[in-house]
Amino acid sequence: MVSTVAAAVPPYTGLEVFWFTIIAILWVVYFVLEGFDFGVGMLLPVVGRNDLDRRVLINTIGPVWDGNEVWLLVAGGATFAAFPNWYATLFSGFYLPLFLILAALIFRGVAFEFRAKRALPAWRRTWDHAIFWGSLIPALLWGVAFANILRGVPIGRQFSYYGSFFNLLNPYALVGGVTTLLLFALHGAVFLSLKTTDEIHERASRVAKILAPAAAAALVAFLAWTYVNAHNAHDTGLVPPFVPIAAIVAVCVVGWLLRERLEGWAFVATAVGLVGLVATIFLNLYPRVMVSSISPAFNLTIGNSASAPYTLKVMTIVALIFTPIVLVYQGWSYWVFRARVRRPGSISVPRHGTGGSSGLSGAGDTNPALTASGDADSPPGEGGSS
Amino acid sequence: MTLDLSRWQFGITTVFHFIFVPLTIGLALLLAIMQTAAYRTRHDEVKHQKWERMTLFWRRLFLINFAIGVVTGIVQEFQFGMNWAAYSRYVGSVFGAPLAVEALLAFFLESTFLGVWIFGRDRVSARIHLASIWLVSAGTTLSAYFILAANAWMQHPVGYKVVGDRAVMTNFWAVMTNSTLISSFLHVFTAALVTAAVLMLGVSAWHLLRSRRAGQPPHPVFSASAKLALIVGAIAIVATMFFGDNQARLMEKQQPMKMAAAEAIYNTQNGASFSLLTIGNLSGQPVFQLRLPHMLSVLADNSWNGPVQGINQIQAQEAAKYGPGNYKPILWVTYWTFRIMVGCGILMLLIMAVGLWLMYRRKLDDSKWFLGLAIPTIALPFLANAMGWIFTEMGRQPWVVYGLLKTSQAVSNIGTGYVVTTLIGFTAIYSVLAIIDFGLMARFARLDPDAADEHDHDNDSGLVSGEDRVPALVY
Repeated sequence: MVSTVAAAVPPYTGLEVFWFTIIAILWVVYFVLEGFDFGVGMLLPVVGRNDLDRRVLINTIGPVWDGNEVWLLVAGGATFAAFPNWYATLFSGFYLPLFLILAALIFRGVAFEFRAKRALPAWRRTWDHAIFWGSLIPALLWGVAFANILRGVPIGRQFSYYGSFFNLLNPYALVGGVTTLLLFALHGAVFLSLKTTDEIHERASRVAKILAPAAAAALVAFLAWTYVNAHNAHDTGLVPPFVPIAAIVAVCVVGWLLRERLEGWAFVATAVGLVGLVATIFLNLYPRVMVSSISPAFNLTIGNSASAPYTLKVMTIVALIFTPIVLVYQGWSYWVFRARVRRPGSISVPRHGTGGSSGLSGAGDTNPALTASGDADSPPGEGGSS
Repeated sequence: MTLDLSRWQFGITTVFHFIFVPLTIGLALLLAIMQTAAYRTRHDEVKHQKWERMTLFWRRLFLINFAIGVVTGIVQEFQFGMNWAAYSRYVGSVFGAPLAVEALLAFFLESTFLGVWIFGRDRVSARIHLASIWLVSAGTTLSAYFILAANAWMQHPVGYKVVGDRAVMTNFWAVMTNSTLISSFLHVFTAALVTAAVLMLGVSAWHLLRSRRAGQPPHPVFSASAKLALIVGAIAIVATMFFGDNQARLMEKQQPMKMAAAEAIYNTQNGASFSLLTIGNLSGQPVFQLRLPHMLSVLADNSWNGPVQGINQIQAQEAAKYGPGNYKPILWVTYWTFRIMVGCGILMLLIMAVGLWLMYRRKLDDSKWFLGLAIPTIALPFLANAMGWIFTEMGRQPWVVYGLLKTSQAVSNIGTGYVVTTLIGFTAIYSVLAIIDFGLMARFARLDPDAADEHDHDNDSGLVSGEDRVPALVY
């Protein structure tokens, strides 16, 4: 009894469609923004050869990673409010992967703040591990999770999940996980090539050039498999083919853009790749929000998992008023921190240049950690309390 | 089994999260005040230096604490779905809305402007840098308001109707202006200020004592911090008690069982006395009890001889209304958590009063016994916060949404093994974090404010203008 989705589409309300779109956009923005900071975290041991390098890398995302992560919290909260059944089935069903993601995000989050608090090499190494694994695990598992949402998991009556942890580890989902992992890593490498200078910049570019074909291959494999699945289930009509094709083309040209030193465009390209990936998943999913592998009758759709119309209306008003404000100030904060992050110790600029304004002043000299000698009892740096 | 383990998990993760949150809220406001003072005294070198150094010192503790508050908050956003799926389906339409609005309005504000505040000293003007800490403070406070809106709805549901098998929101404004919300927000917000003030007083006291022992004059940063902490703390503790009392009155009307359970009053009484402590058991035949006559009636009803309903009467009423069942919370938990919370509050009130008096007599910096006492006092607000939270949640049992949904009906349909895994996992992770956090807080609290710590990013900012400036690394 395979019913095509088109035949099963009841008249969904505009608000339900709107909130499905909003949640898709929240995930798109989350993947694009936290994608690069996951990438930077994963590349910490690869691009960062020593402590100072690693600090440069962490500081490229320092002011923004927390704001990026809020997109996840908004996606979670919006799903709860707009589609309670989706929220409940997804997070109780994907229980252990979600736990692993949360644990990873916890360690990674505190690592950024705590790492620099002590100069002990063992302390810093520990937090480097936390940042690396804390970035890699969610990068892999978000792909696994979304591939499963689309592929279908054992959902039975009353939206209950009847699978186990191991149902989630199927080949298709693992390809999805590898795809997000490699795309995030590439996205992060390109971001680093935009935000760093000198050797670190060169190293990041080199890593990006190596990652680019691998990420493109994974993306092609995943999207092709997705297309075959959709084709077999007769629900291909809702994905305009230009979306996945644009994603693939974008990721395929990243290597060339980097060789041409068009780093800004390369970043746009990896972002387009991520947008296309998430958009393909959500477009293919619509109007379902979770697919049941037991029977299409048990699918969660925007209709049967939606909240009350009144709630959707209130949330729409709040979202329309405040999302533009958030975008403006978050965009502004990116503008404030647009400069490349440099290694203060590595640049030979005279200590007090013209008018006491050298490129280094204070930074490299009074900050003992940067000259690798420091402990907390170091002499005061009486620098600019301006 | 899944139910009990899920309750333990929710309790552990939430109480742990709530250790850090009040301090974040309180310190954010205090830092905003300090930085404002630094900004306004920018033409007076001595005063400016003092406020500036104060801001830099307390900021370190704030950031360590903030990090843990943030990461443990992520768990809160998802664990309703993980362990309480039935609850999520039932209440999503009402309860999900404030959560989503919290993330959109509060989390973006605090995280974005915290980034600007930490990293932006040499990238934005002093005015915008000052505005960003105020916005962080506004974000943390708004966050408390929205999450308490969700919680207040569980205590006292308003603005909804039950349609089929779920509660559906009918009036968002009613949810956001719930009387229980206003009262608990004011109580929690002022308690957060108390928490920050008591920590500030205690840490300052440690430094003042140390300089006394070393025969040095009191450090201006800690003299000033102690004074600021005493003034803010004294006002805030009085306000916390006032709003707490207000909450108790509401509770007597809205959740009479919780009030009766707080007091372990079995039968309705006129002019009920307030039990200070009980030795023996709570079941009506205590071995020894200390009671303040008429006090409970005064607290709950504002009258000397007003009636206070007893547990047995409320049990009978609720059984008649909702069907047979046990509607009593665990009495020893409600009784003792309430008492410990109130007791900590009274102790802090006394300590603040004595401190203010010493300050007025200009003896604060020299009073060895008071400074010595202020250090262990740091534990009191944290204990009171945890007890208050446990009381209000445990006192609502067996309900998860009062009068609508029982906790036993709210849990996810998941295997016990999964819940055991995450319960052990979260507990282990949080224990490790607690140890690291405590170590770092203690280390940075003892740091000399005149010494740069190993990575002190505050000392190398704003030096260069133009394209080739190289600011120091913050992280």
